[in-house]
Amino acid sequence: MAHHIDVTDLNIYYGDFLAVENVNISIPARSVTAFIGPSGCGKSTFLRSLNRMHEEIKGAHVDGKVIANGQDLYASTVDPVDVRRQIGMVFQRPNPFPTMSIAQNVLAGPRLNSKRMKKSTADDIVEKSLTRAGLWNEVKDRLGRPGSGLSGGQQQRLCIARAIAVEPDVLLMDEPCSALDPISTSVIEDLIHELKTDYTIAIVTHNMQQAARVSDRTAFFNLNGVGQPGRLIEHGPTELVFSNPSEAATEAYIQGRFG
Amino acid sequence: MTSLLTRPAAPSAGPPSLNRPAGRRPLPQGLTAAIWATSGLALATGFLTDLGGARGFGLAWLIAMLVPLASLVFEGRRKATDRFVTVLVVTAFMIAVIPLVSILSTVIAKGAPVLSAEFFTTSMRNVVGEGGGIQHAMLGTLIITGFATLISVPIGLFAAIYLIEYSDGGPTARGLRFLTDVMTGIPSIVAGLFAYALFVLIFGEGIRMGLGGAVALSVLMIPVVIRSSEEMLKLVPNELREASWALGVSRWRTIVKVVLPTALAGIVTGVTLAIARVIGETAPLLIIAGMTDSVNTNPLDGRMATLPVFAYSALMNPGVPPQPSIDRAWGAALTLLIIVMLLNLVARGISYLFSPAQRR
Repeated sequence: MAHHIDVTDLNIYYGDFLAVENVNISIPARSVTAFIGPSGCGKSTFLRSLNRMHEEIKGAHVDGKVIANGQDLYASTVDPVDVRRQIGMVFQRPNPFPTMSIAQNVLAGPRLNSKRMKKSTADDIVEKSLTRAGLWNEVKDRLGRPGSGLSGGQQQRLCIARAIAVEPDVLLMDEPCSALDPISTSVIEDLIHELKTDYTIAIVTHNMQQAARVSDRTAFFNLNGVGQPGRLIEHGPTELVFSNPSEAATEAYIQGRFG
Repeated sequence: MTSLLTRPAAPSAGPPSLNRPAGRRPLPQGLTAAIWATSGLALATGFLTDLGGARGFGLAWLIAMLVPLASLVFEGRRKATDRFVTVLVVTAFMIAVIPLVSILSTVIAKGAPVLSAEFFTTSMRNVVGEGGGIQHAMLGTLIITGFATLISVPIGLFAAIYLIEYSDGGPTARGLRFLTDVMTGIPSIVAGLFAYALFVLIFGEGIRMGLGGAVALSVLMIPVVIRSSEEMLKLVPNELREASWALGVSRWRTIVKVVLPTALAGIVTGVTLAIARVIGETAPLLIIAGMTDSVNTNPLDGRMATLPVFAYSALMNPGVPPQPSIDRAWGAALTLLIIVMLLNLVARGISYLFSPAQRR
C-alpha cells in the first residue's frame, strides 16, 4: 500500500492560463504533508492535479511528471479513472450522496463500480471503514438512515470512510475542516494522525495551526500578484518550516503578516 | 497598512421616533373584516343568482376598494398604497382562477352523470342514439400517449444528459438548445402533418395508424422533456459528481448511479407535465390517427380513436337525436381530466419514493 509521490517540473494550466508554475516536490509515504499559502496561490489546484481531478474543469491540463508507485500518472496509457481509485479525495464541504443511506455511502465506491460482493464482505467493509474513520460507534445503530441526517463533522468522517472503503494508497484532503466546528475539527485531526500509519496523506489548509498540528512536512505556496501563477516557495519538515523558514515570504506568511 | 483604532464619531441626532405620527390610527380590525365579507358575499351572489358573474365580480371589487380608502383616512398614504396593491394582486389571482374553476365545474357537472360502467366498457360500434361508450377512445388515448412517451423520454433524457454532462457549451449544444426552443413553438397541427407526411413516404397515401399519432405527439413532447430534464440535471450539485469521480467511478456510471437518481423526482414530474401537455391534443391525431367507432388496440394497423378526437367528432357530428352524443362528448372530456389527474398522482407517488431520503 501507501507509496510516495514524486512531482517534477509540474505546470498546471486552465486553458491558456498558467495557474501553478514549476512545482518540484516529493511527498513521502505514510506521513502527512500540508500545503499552505494565501488564497489563489494554487494549492488546491495542485492537490487536485495529484489525482487528475482538476481535469474535470474544461480546458485544464498539465505538463510535467507526477510519479506514484513508479508510474507516471499523466502518461498517455493511464486512465484517470484508475488513478482516482488509487488516490482518494476528501472535499472541503462534506458531500455524502443524498439518495443513499450511511452504509450505501460507505459502499458507494465499490458499488458504483458494479463490483459484485457478498453481503458479509460488504458488511465487513462498512464496519472496517467506519471504524477506521472513527464513526462506527456513533452510527452502527442507524446504518440504514440517510447520510445527510448526520452532523457536519460526522458527514465529513462518513466521506473519509467512503474514500478509504475503496482502499486507496493516497488520501488527498482539500481543506477538510474549513466547514466544521472546532470539536469536529479536532476529531478529524486525530483521525488524520491515525490514518497516516496506513496512508500517504496530503492536506490543503488555510489554518496554519492546523498544518503545524497534523503535518510532518509542510509546503508553502505563494503568488507574486493577481493573474500571476502560483509557485511552490519552499517545503520541508514542518518544525523547520515553522521555526526557521529559509524564505522571507514564508516567514511573513506564517507570522500572519499577509494572506 | 493603516489601522483603524478610533471609532467613527457617533451620529449626533438621536434615533428617529418610532411613534406613529399624530392623527394616524390603526385600521379597526372589524371594519376590514366586514368589508372583505361583504365583498365575498357580493361575489357569491353574482355567481349564484341571476345578477350575473361579471356584475357580481365588479360589485365585489368596488366594495373591496373601500379597504384602501378607509386605510387612507386612518393609516396614511403608505399603508393605503400597500392595501390598494394587495387588492389588485388578489383580483389578478381571481381572474386567473376563474377559467380553471369554470372549466372544472362545467365538465364535472355535465360529464359526471354520463359516467357509468357501461360507458367505460363499450365502444361506439353499431351504436346509434343512446348507449355506447368510450372504451375504444380511452384505449386509443392510452396506447398512443404511451408510445409517444416511450419514444420521447429516451430521446429527451439522453439529449438533456448530453447538454448538461457532456457538452462544453460549444456550437453543437447551442444549436441543440436553439432547435429545442424552436420545437417548443411548433403548432400541433404541423406536428401532425409532419407525422402524416413521414408515414405517407413509408406506407403510401391515405395511411392512418396509431403509431403515427404517437410520433406526432412525441414531436411535441420531446422539447418539453429535454427542457425539464435539463433544468433538473442542472440542479444536481457538482460536488456529488466530484465525490463520485474521486472514488474512481467513470463518467457514465456517475451519471447513471448518482446524477439521475438525485434528479429523478424532478425528471418524473417533468415527464408527467409533458404527457399532460400532449394527451389532450386533437389536431395531429385527427390527421394521422383518424377516428373509428370500434376498439383497435394495434397501433400499427388502421384508424385509432382517441378521447379528444372522440369528443370533437361527437360534438361536430352528433347524429339524430343529438343529445346522447353531446353527453358522451362531455363524458369523454371528464375522463380525459381524470386520466391527467391520475397521472399526476402516480408521478407524485414516484417522486416521493425516489426523493432524496432526508426529505421523506
